[in-house]
Amino acid sequence: MGGLEKKKYERGSATNYITRNKARKKLQLSLPDFRRLCILKGIYPHEPKHKKKVNKGSTAPRTFYLLKDIKFLLHEPIVNKFRDYKVFVRKLRKAYGKSEWNTVERLKDNKPAYKLDHIIKERYPTFIDALRDLDDALSMCFLFSTFPRTGKCHVQVIQLCRRLTVEFLNYIIASRSLRKVFLSIKGIYYEAEVLGQPIVWITPYAFSHNHPTDVDYRVMATFTEFYTTLLGFVNFRLYQTLNLHYPPKLEGPGDKDSKDQDEGAYAMDSESCLEKLSALSASLARVMVPVTEEEVEMDEFPADGENAEQEEGLRKEREAQEMHKKLFEGLKFFLNREVPREALAFIIRSFGGDVSWDKSVCIGATYSENEPSITHHIVDRPTQPNPVLGRYYVQPQWVFDSVNARLRLPVEEYFPGVLLPPHLSPFVTEKEGDYVPPEKQKLLALQRGETPGYVNESEDEDSEEDEEGESDDQEEEEEEEEGSEKEEEVKLKVMEEQRTQGKKVGVTMGTLKLEDKHRLEQEEANEAKRLAIMTMKKREKYLYDKIMFGKRRKVREANKLAQKRKAHDEAVKAEKKKNKKARRA
Amino acid sequence: MRILSSVPRKRVSFAQPRQLWRSRRYVSRRRILSLIRDWTGRVGKERRGLPAPLPGSGARNGGNMAGARGGRRAGMEAGARARTGKRPAEQDPELQEAGSSEEPSPFTRPDLSQSAADSESDSSDSEESVFSGLEDSGSDSSEDDASSIEDGKSRNIPKITQDKSQAGATLQNTKEASNQSQEPKKEDEYAEDSSDEEDIRNTVGNVPLEWYEDFPHIGYDLDGKRIYKPLRSRDELDRFLDKMDDPDYWRTVQDKMTGQDMKLTDEQVALVQRLQKGQFGDASYDPYEPALDFFSGSVMIHPVTNRPADKRSFIPSLIEKEKVSRMVHAIKMGWIQPRRPKDSIPQYYDLWAHEDHNAILGRHKMHVPAPKLALPGHAESYNPPPEYLLSEEERLAWEQQEPGERKLNFLPRQFQCLRAVPAYSRFIHERFERCLDLYLCPRQRKMRVNVDPEDLIPKLPKPRDLQPFPTTQSMVYRGHSDLVRCLSVSPNGHWLASGSDDHSVRLWDVYAGRCLKTIPVSGVVKSIAWNPNPAICLVAVAVGDSVLLLNPGLADQQVASSTDQLLSAFSPPEEPARQPVEWQEASGEEREQGLRLQIRHHKPVKQVAWHGRGDYLASVVAAAEHTQVLMHQVSRRRSQSPFRRSHGQVQCVAFHPSRPFLFVASQRSLRLYHLLRQELTKKLMPNCKWVSSLAIHPQGDNVICGSYDSKLIWFDLDLSTKPYKVLRHHKKALRAVAFHPKYPLFASGSDDGSVIVCHGMVYNDLLQNPLLVPVKVLKGHTMHRDLGVLDVSFHPTQPWLFSSGADGTLRLFT
Repeated sequence: MGGLEKKKYERGSATNYITRNKARKKLQLSLPDFRRLCILKGIYPHEPKHKKKVNKGSTAPRTFYLLKDIKFLLHEPIVNKFRDYKVFVRKLRKAYGKSEWNTVERLKDNKPAYKLDHIIKERYPTFIDALRDLDDALSMCFLFSTFPRTGKCHVQVIQLCRRLTVEFLNYIIASRSLRKVFLSIKGIYYEAEVLGQPIVWITPYAFSHNHPTDVDYRVMATFTEFYTTLLGFVNFRLYQTLNLHYPPKLEGPGDKDSKDQDEGAYAMDSESCLEKLSALSASLARVMVPVTEEEVEMDEFPADGENAEQEEGLRKEREAQEMHKKLFEGLKFFLNREVPREALAFIIRSFGGDVSWDKSVCIGATYSENEPSITHHIVDRPTQPNPVLGRYYVQPQWVFDSVNARLRLPVEEYFPGVLLPPHLSPFVTEKEGDYVPPEKQKLLALQRGETPGYVNESEDEDSEEDEEGESDDQEEEEEEEEGSEKEEEVKLKVMEEQRTQGKKVGVTMGTLKLEDKHRLEQEEANEAKRLAIMTMKKREKYLYDKIMFGKRRKVREANKLAQKRKAHDEAVKAEKKKNKKARRA
Repeated sequence: MRILSSVPRKRVSFAQPRQLWRSRRYVSRRRILSLIRDWTGRVGKERRGLPAPLPGSGARNGGNMAGARGGRRAGMEAGARARTGKRPAEQDPELQEAGSSEEPSPFTRPDLSQSAADSESDSSDSEESVFSGLEDSGSDSSEDDASSIEDGKSRNIPKITQDKSQAGATLQNTKEASNQSQEPKKEDEYAEDSSDEEDIRNTVGNVPLEWYEDFPHIGYDLDGKRIYKPLRSRDELDRFLDKMDDPDYWRTVQDKMTGQDMKLTDEQVALVQRLQKGQFGDASYDPYEPALDFFSGSVMIHPVTNRPADKRSFIPSLIEKEKVSRMVHAIKMGWIQPRRPKDSIPQYYDLWAHEDHNAILGRHKMHVPAPKLALPGHAESYNPPPEYLLSEEERLAWEQQEPGERKLNFLPRQFQCLRAVPAYSRFIHERFERCLDLYLCPRQRKMRVNVDPEDLIPKLPKPRDLQPFPTTQSMVYRGHSDLVRCLSVSPNGHWLASGSDDHSVRLWDVYAGRCLKTIPVSGVVKSIAWNPNPAICLVAVAVGDSVLLLNPGLADQQVASSTDQLLSAFSPPEEPARQPVEWQEASGEEREQGLRLQIRHHKPVKQVAWHGRGDYLASVVAAAEHTQVLMHQVSRRRSQSPFRRSHGQVQCVAFHPSRPFLFVASQRSLRLYHLLRQELTKKLMPNCKWVSSLAIHPQGDNVICGSYDSKLIWFDLDLSTKPYKVLRHHKKALRAVAFHPKYPLFASGSDDGSVIVCHGMVYNDLLQNPLLVPVKVLKGHTMHRDLGVLDVSFHPTQPWLFSSGADGTLRLFT
């Protein structure tokens, strides 16, 4: 009977978590300050495994933070800064109330400010960590840089965002690390590969924003505060890796300016320089001019069996990537005024192309429309009034599709006024059993190096076959035949063929029997499987059913898409026929 | 001094009727200013592109008002233009036009009045025109009234003309009159007069003159007499002639107060010109005179005052001292801090110069990195493949869904070209939601089940290796017209007995599939059981509330006759014991049919079961008492009720194959009684609802029972009273279970119309658990009234299975 009574909720997971309000009280912060702190420090609530236990028996909905996190926040110097700021505001208000202008001035001189450097270092101990988390930072900065200079947030923040994003774009151009681009209805997605890390960001289309009222801009501004700091440091580091000047410096004509004003040569020192930089047409100056383009030669390892193939594959991949980087090398583009200049200039330049635009559109145009060496003129109008010979007039989608396809696509489908082929997302990698749109199959064939004409035909057949197969699938689904669907398909197809042959020629008993045997075996296996499934334990059965349900749903969705496509194609064909007939008549 | 006459119709009495004449200069100046204002206003109006004021009553006022309002600005403009000489001349015709057009416009009957006017003299003519105009523009007064007014007026006119010398204002000859009137009259009055005073020839005061526009007069003179409006008899031609003839025409203007024309003097014209140029009205005023300071800026040697210096000027200030000491104190206490030095660290630097790969914070163990946003699919493209666009129904469904439930958070749309793509309205929203997710959303690490579903399937021995077992349906026994409730196979396996709801018992040849015999019975056959003793050919049938013992006579003659002998060998005892049932011997026709004995219970019988030796028979009666189970000994025709208490409704009973045990399955439990010791040996808890059937392994250590909640429960008697295994293979209630007497097989028939055959190997080694593997699902019976298979039974020697179903057939699976 001896010993201390064990009390509930005094050990275990109940002591590891703390509710938000308690945490706030412990930190002696107001809720907005607590939120700011959480945003800056990257502290987020945790969902405990046993919520009721952690909640001390109550089932009320609460958010829980890790107690460790909150203790960690206790030592944060920024918390003191928050308090200082609160005091500062109080003093300032008092001084204003008393009209003590000297005090006001003095207080304003000593306004408490904080820096986020240490937090960034703490949250991202290594540079790679920072790069991994750059997606949201970039998207947010790109959004803020498009805000109008009035109203929603401080002008300085907007300008800083603009500057940082422009710097980042310039880095991507200089390092040629853009990989994928995608025109979605939300905005333009980009994917770059920086130091082996894929970084995806989205930029809105260049329209003024219709600012929603149900959005808390303070929260966004706090995030942006953190993201700008992060992006600035990342930019610095990235520029350093490429031996570029960090406040970026323009190459070439910028040198002249530097003679005039030594300090002013840094691109950021004046508005016009920022504009020039944001035009993305000039390349950046390097700290040291690289002596030779040093190609990183991979050492040749003695090939041994399995690794040889792997290495071969890697090598090919690397070569393909190098080719991809030089996709637009030697091409000269001209952007008409109606196309999104910044996006296209960025993409073309990051694949080695030259780009220019009308002088009146933006600063930084390098050549005029009449330049005879222009190879591609990007137009987004139905017709071009007086075309110049010797250049392709293409719609902007050509650039995007070419980048995604990793090859210069034939321009015929992208002429102005032509009905464009669908624009596919490069972020989708179809797995086995997924629906692959026919355009994607065509594209894959093109990448494999097949001729497009042949591809077209085979493509159609393929799709038809696929659809047949999928319809078969559906039938099977109803029977709840799990697994080995494909074999079934094959078999059914063979049987069908036989049936048709039989009609033509006559039945040959031998082969039929052989097939029967095969089929019997199949059936036997299936039955064994079914029986085995019957014997499964309840829990496993549940899991199995769930997985199979998911699989079947996937197949169903793929079939639905395929059917929709088929219906659409047929409708289009019928339309064409009708038109033909109408023309004949 | 001004008198406001609020109502023009009333006679106004004047407080101080004074004759006010003043110097010519002042008068002219005031009036000219007002005039200038007036006509420059017109000019301004004209310039601004407004239509010239319409003639007539309203228009005149408008012109006046507008002139008063816009005059100043227009005057400035005119001055800027500096076209002073020509401007007035140009304006004149307009003025005249306005005046001339006054005449015809308000008239509704111009002809009449004109004609009337023509007949009179010149002077009256003008009067006539004026008054007739008045009359018409006013209220609709009758002709008579008008004429009377006319008379009155015409009488007045001469008076005024007589007063000409006094008032100095003439109605007829305006130019001369004005000249005359300019002369000052009384010098003494002028002395006490203030220079601001108006030229009060018209004493209406400061009222809008349009109030008088419907009247023939324009105001009242100092005597209270009416000042009549000047006659406007001149037509265009006259005016033109005036213009041509009169060299001073350009400097003639109309006085609003008197309605007379007046000629501007040279002085006045010069003033107008100066004003138009923006110069001062006073020609002698020089705005650019050299400025003279009142005080000089240079320091004088002598003080301005003779006052000695204050004490405070040479004694240090106490207040300042206090202030300083307060500041010093504040500095000492650290309240005032020196200005913070500028930060020397640049805004951005190489933060990761010294990367410490090991510096992973303690919290990082629990750190859950935020998942990245999902990447866009084809459907998000601005020009997606057509199959990704939503059809009309899908779109409607999408709109009706909650935003949180939607699979896509946007509507896929197709645009013909990039130019047509609009801004995405929810862009900021989405970024904001991402922000909220990042700092508000609780995170949890969830282990994703990444299992190959094939791995979940247990590895069972192949059914092929577990052969023999029935695999195919080889025979269907048709004949019954209703569902076949029960069946039983003869111990040698040649015959099959089945009982059906069509009130018959049929006997079948197993191999030929023929119905050998049909025995009609009195009711629904609930249960049928072939005597397991091969030496006896006897079938027990539960029909209604009796158990029939039939001798089908199918076996050897010898066996059949020996059975009959066995039954007939019974000799009733001397003193018949009290029995719960009645034993009756069949006779006559029934005996022909094969019926030998009838055991009459008083309640409906549900089931019969033979003991392995074939002498004892147990029957289950549907009663809620302890007499639910009855034991019968056929050879001695004795019956007894073994239980004193009931434990729920008994579903079925079975004898242990080798030992003196009786299994009694009630709805929730399975009891095992020792028959010799007459005690309960075991109580098995199948934990199901409810037990429907029961079968005992030929070795007697294992029991299976089927239940209505589609479970098959395997008990190992040596192991536990709890089920060893529960098999949920069927989808519906189990109706029957059976063990094969030789092979390690057992089968279960269910309402879902299937029979599942399982391999149930029981090892002699007690350490090894039985191996239960389903080997075959036999389908063949069709569903009938939601019933499928009603009874199953194995062939005694072959791995064959018989089943009877609700479709009225029996089937043999081999």
